[in-house]
Amino acid sequence: MAERTAPATRPVVTGIGVAAPNGLGTQAYWSATLDGKSGIGRITRFDSDRYPVRVGGEVSEFDDTEHVPSRLAVQTDHWSHLGLTAADMALRDAALDPAGLAEYEMAVVTASSSGGTEFGQREIEKLWSQGPRFVGVYQSIAWFYAATTGQISIRYGMRGPCGVICTEQAGGLDVVAQARRLLRQDARMVVSGGTDASLCPYGLVAQMSNGLLSTRDDPERAYLPFDADACGYVPGEGGAMLVLETEAAARARDARPYGAIAGYAATFDPRPEPGGEPVSNLRRAVTGALDEARLTPDQVDVVFADAMAVPERDRLEAQAISAVFGPYGVPVTAPKTMTGRLYAGGAALDLATALLAIRDGVIPPTVGVRATAPACDLDLVRTIPRDGPVRTALVLARGHGGFNAAMVVTAT
Amino acid sequence: MTTFSLDDMRRIMGGCAGVPESVDLADDIGDVTFVELGYDSLAVLEMAARIQQELGVRIPDDAVDEMKTPQAAVDYVNRRLAA
Repeated sequence: MAERTAPATRPVVTGIGVAAPNGLGTQAYWSATLDGKSGIGRITRFDSDRYPVRVGGEVSEFDDTEHVPSRLAVQTDHWSHLGLTAADMALRDAALDPAGLAEYEMAVVTASSSGGTEFGQREIEKLWSQGPRFVGVYQSIAWFYAATTGQISIRYGMRGPCGVICTEQAGGLDVVAQARRLLRQDARMVVSGGTDASLCPYGLVAQMSNGLLSTRDDPERAYLPFDADACGYVPGEGGAMLVLETEAAARARDARPYGAIAGYAATFDPRPEPGGEPVSNLRRAVTGALDEARLTPDQVDVVFADAMAVPERDRLEAQAISAVFGPYGVPVTAPKTMTGRLYAGGAALDLATALLAIRDGVIPPTVGVRATAPACDLDLVRTIPRDGPVRTALVLARGHGGFNAAMVVTAT
Repeated sequence: MTTFSLDDMRRIMGGCAGVPESVDLADDIGDVTFVELGYDSLAVLEMAARIQQELGVRIPDDAVDEMKTPQAAVDYVNRRLAA
């Protein structure tokens, strides 16, 4: 699935807000990322000792009551708190006052993959231990996937087309593609991106059922994508929100865009056959996104990998990248080695990171990986950032259940 | 006899429904409507649920609809407690 975008309506990103385990706020996150500072550590939001997964990426600087207005905080989950905070940062960064725009021309499309699990767990505990009358009314609106979108919409009076996309880790790109469609129609601006926060027993146990999470206790060795020692991924919380406008609208108000969304494609993997080889259609997503951007592989300066750190999935991703760019044919990086995989927030944060890489002309590193696995013939940017002009970046994301998405961002 | 004061109501409001940004619950809010204070119907329903748990009084849904202000809620609860 690929779509063409006429230059005048080309979507650009004019605001970024980040809530990440290694930094709250875009600047804090970006400096930490370039310094190779990880936010992965022992899970402290609950007593994780008795769970097989004990290491995660928590947004430790975040205070739900400090960062979210009281009335809003009581009726929303931690995941929405992170999303509301990132959206507010993104709007400020874009220097766009929603009060000055037509309410039906402002849209909100966010990604969510877990919904409000921590809130839900708290209410389920009350149900079981005290009875149904003790379940709070806000359970009815806090848990569901569209809650963050809805609360952003209400908070800023954004009454244009709103929605949520649940394609797990692919969601962070799929929402920006949806934002782009809305900008081609009547939307003047779109708040998009995603967060997730499922580091509670209920959320974590649900994630563990796929058998792909890392059970290693050493935070520095727990999440090693493309490494011969890869042992599954570390879950994290947080994500990023973006403000998107058409290039014409951004220029008209003298906004300075971080970059443009130049191409996108999504594909699906077939259901695995019992005993058969897994089939990945990630490559077709990559070529689809490049075709739409009218770029050739040699024009891409960096690939932000999905980086699952599950040996077979790493091999499939490396094969897809090498098939398009050639072995060791393009710098590849996975800064999410410093945050863990953020589910619906992951690709949104990668997209934000790619735009910062373009702005500053530097590729952020992948940390922890000592040597790539033999099946992964990738030029992985390891340990320290790599300088060099970055004009075009490709972001890859794979969501549980067979979702693939690829998005190309370019300097404007 | 147990009574329910406006201060009890203030505590329940802030505790379960939060405090609107432009409001100080310590102000003279007894006769200001919940809507004017920034509490929607869901918030009032939540307050009623907490009062029921704390005091063991039943507050039917149509009674919740009649509680337009904190003082109206206090008066209703005290009538129930006295009954």
